[in-house]
Amino acid sequence: MSTTPPPGDLPEIRRLDPVLEPGHTYASVTDKIAAVVLTQPPTTGWIVGFALSFTVVMVLFISLSWLIIKGVGIWGINIPIGWGFAIVNFVWWIGIGHAGTLISAILFLLNQKWRTSINRFAEAMTLFAVACAGIFPLIHTGRPWMAYYMFPYPSTMGIWPQFRSPLIWDVFAVSTYGTVSLLFWFVGLLPDLATLRDRAKTRAQQVIYGILSMGWRGSAHHWHRYQSAYLLLAGLATPLVLSVHTVVSFDFAVAIVPGWHTTIFPPYFVAGAIYSGFAMVLTLAIPLRKAYGLEDFITMRHLDNMAKVMLATGLIVAYGYFIEFFMAFYSNNKFDVFLAQQRLHGPYAHFYYALILCNILTPQLLWFEKMRRNVAVLFVMSLVVNTGMWLERFVIVVISLTRDFMPSAWGRYLPTFWDYSTFIGTIGLFVMLIFLFVRVLPAIAIAEMRELVHEQSDEEKS
Amino acid sequence: MKKEQGHDIYGLMGEFLTPEQILHAAAKAREAGYKYISAYTPFPVEGLAHAIGFPRTGVPFLTLIGGLGGGLTGFGLQYWCSVITYPLNIGGRPLNSWPAFIPVTFELTILGAATFAVIGMLALNRLPQPYHPVFNVSRFAHASSDRFFLCIESRDAKFDLAGTAKFLQSIQAHHVHEVSNAE
Repeated sequence: MSTTPPPGDLPEIRRLDPVLEPGHTYASVTDKIAAVVLTQPPTTGWIVGFALSFTVVMVLFISLSWLIIKGVGIWGINIPIGWGFAIVNFVWWIGIGHAGTLISAILFLLNQKWRTSINRFAEAMTLFAVACAGIFPLIHTGRPWMAYYMFPYPSTMGIWPQFRSPLIWDVFAVSTYGTVSLLFWFVGLLPDLATLRDRAKTRAQQVIYGILSMGWRGSAHHWHRYQSAYLLLAGLATPLVLSVHTVVSFDFAVAIVPGWHTTIFPPYFVAGAIYSGFAMVLTLAIPLRKAYGLEDFITMRHLDNMAKVMLATGLIVAYGYFIEFFMAFYSNNKFDVFLAQQRLHGPYAHFYYALILCNILTPQLLWFEKMRRNVAVLFVMSLVVNTGMWLERFVIVVISLTRDFMPSAWGRYLPTFWDYSTFIGTIGLFVMLIFLFVRVLPAIAIAEMRELVHEQSDEEKS
Repeated sequence: MKKEQGHDIYGLMGEFLTPEQILHAAAKAREAGYKYISAYTPFPVEGLAHAIGFPRTGVPFLTLIGGLGGGLTGFGLQYWCSVITYPLNIGGRPLNSWPAFIPVTFELTILGAATFAVIGMLALNRLPQPYHPVFNVSRFAHASSDRFFLCIESRDAKFDLAGTAKFLQSIQAHHVHEVSNAE
C-alpha cells in the first residue's frame, strides 16, 4: 500500500494562491488595516463617491416624504398587483444580506481560512442590506406609522397578530436576523476596536473607540469566553440564515397563486439569496482592494473561491427554474401550465428572457479559470448576477399577480417614477453606508489576520 | 493616604514576542506556584487559558438558558394569543395550530440564545470596564497589536517585587514592567 503524501505536498494544492501574501507580521497587518481608518486622509475618490451616494440618499428621503404625504397611490401598484416594487426590492435586499452571514458563520464552522479577510465587510454588507430591505415592508403597509401593529403588544383594542400568517413570521424572522447579525458583527469588532483605541492619534478617536471597545484587554480569560461565544453565535446564525429566506419564500409559497404555490421555493430562494449575496460581495471587494491597496489580504484565491460559490449556487437556481417548468407540465394543472406559457410568451416575457440570460447563461463563463481570474470580468459578472436576481423577483411577483385564475382578474403593472426613485434611493443608502463603514471601522478583521499570520508562520516551520 | 507596602502596585508584567514564548512562560509561572496570573495577547492563543488555569467559560450554559427561554416565550406567546385571549374560529380549524407556530418559536429561540451568548460573554468578562490597572503600562498598547504580556498580580501570596521580577526575566521576558494601581 502506498502512503499518501500530506495534503501540503499535493501539487494541485500547492498551486493555489495563498489567502495571505507572504512576508506579513503581526504589526504589519495591524498597521496596514488600522491606517485606513486612523491616519489616511480621505481620498478624492472617496469624497466623490460619498458625495454621489449622499445625493442619492436625498432622493430616497424625497421619495419617502412624498409617499408619506400622498400614500401608496404614487406607485404603480393596483388591484390585482398589490405587491409590485416594494416586495421585489425587499426580497432582493434581504437575499443580498445572506452572503455575509454565510461567510461569517457557515464558512467559520467549516474552518475555511479564506473567509478571514472578507468576513468583516461581508457582515457589514449584511447589516446595510437588511436595513435597506426593512424599509420596504414598512412603507408598503401604506401607513408606516402604524407598523407597530405587526408586533404583539397589549393594545387597548384587545386584538393580537395572526400568528398563522407568513407575513407575521416574516416580522420575527427579519427582526431576529437583523439583531443577530448586529450582535455577531459587534462581537467580531470588539478586539479590533481595542486595537484602534490603542493606536488612536486624536482625542476624539481615543474616546469613541475607547467607549466602543468596552475596555477590552485581550486577556486569556476574555479570549476564552469570546471564542466560546463566537462559535456559538456561528452555530446559531447558520440555521437562522437558512430560515430567513425560507420564511420569505413562505410569503409566496403559502399562497395559492399559480407560480407561487410550490415546495421548491424555500431551497431555491436560499440558493438565490446566497448567489446574489456573493455577487454583491464581489461588487464591493473588487473596488475596495484596489482603492486601499489590500490585494495582499483579499487575494485572487478569495475572488476565485467566491466565483466558484456563485457558479454552484447559480446552478441550483437554474435547477429551480427548470423544476418550476417541469412541475407545471407534469402536474398538468391548467393554471400552472398557463403561467409557464405566460412567462415565455406573455407581456412580461422579455423580463423572463433577460433573467435567463443574466442568471443562467452568462455565469457559465465562470467554469473557465481564466474568467475567474480576470478581475474586470468578475466585476461585470457580479453586476449581471445582481441584475438577474432582481429580475427573478420581478418575474415571480408581477407575472403571477397579473395572470391568476380568472381573465377578469388579470391586470398590468407599470412602475412609476417614484417606484424607481425609491429603489435607486435605497441603493444610494447602501453605498453611502459602505463608504462610511470603510472610513470609520476596520474593513478587515485585524485580530483574525494576526491569527492567520501566526498559522502561516507555523506552516512554514513545519 | 499611603497604602501599605505592595498595594500601590497591581503586579508585574513580562513582555513576550511570540505565542510560543507566552505559553511557555505561563506554564513556568504556574509551575513556580503563582496563582494570580493573567495573560494578554493580540489574538487568541490556543491552550493559553488552560495554561493559566481557566478551563470552563460558562457561556454555553447561558446560551442554552437563553435559547430555552426564547423558545418557550415564543410558543407561549402564540398559544396565549391564539387560544386563550383572542381565539378566532376560522373554518373550524383547531385553535392550537402548533405547526403554524413553529417559525416564530424557532426565531425567538435563536434570538434568545444569541442575545444571552453575547451579553453573557460580556458580563462574565466584566465588560464594559473602562479602567484597568494594566492600561497604566504604556507598552500595553502593543497587547492589541504585536506583543504578548504575562502579568503576575501583587495579591499573589508568592509575589515579591524583586523576586518576581527576577523570575520573569528568568523565563525570557523581553521586558518587565511594573503595573501601578494609581492612575
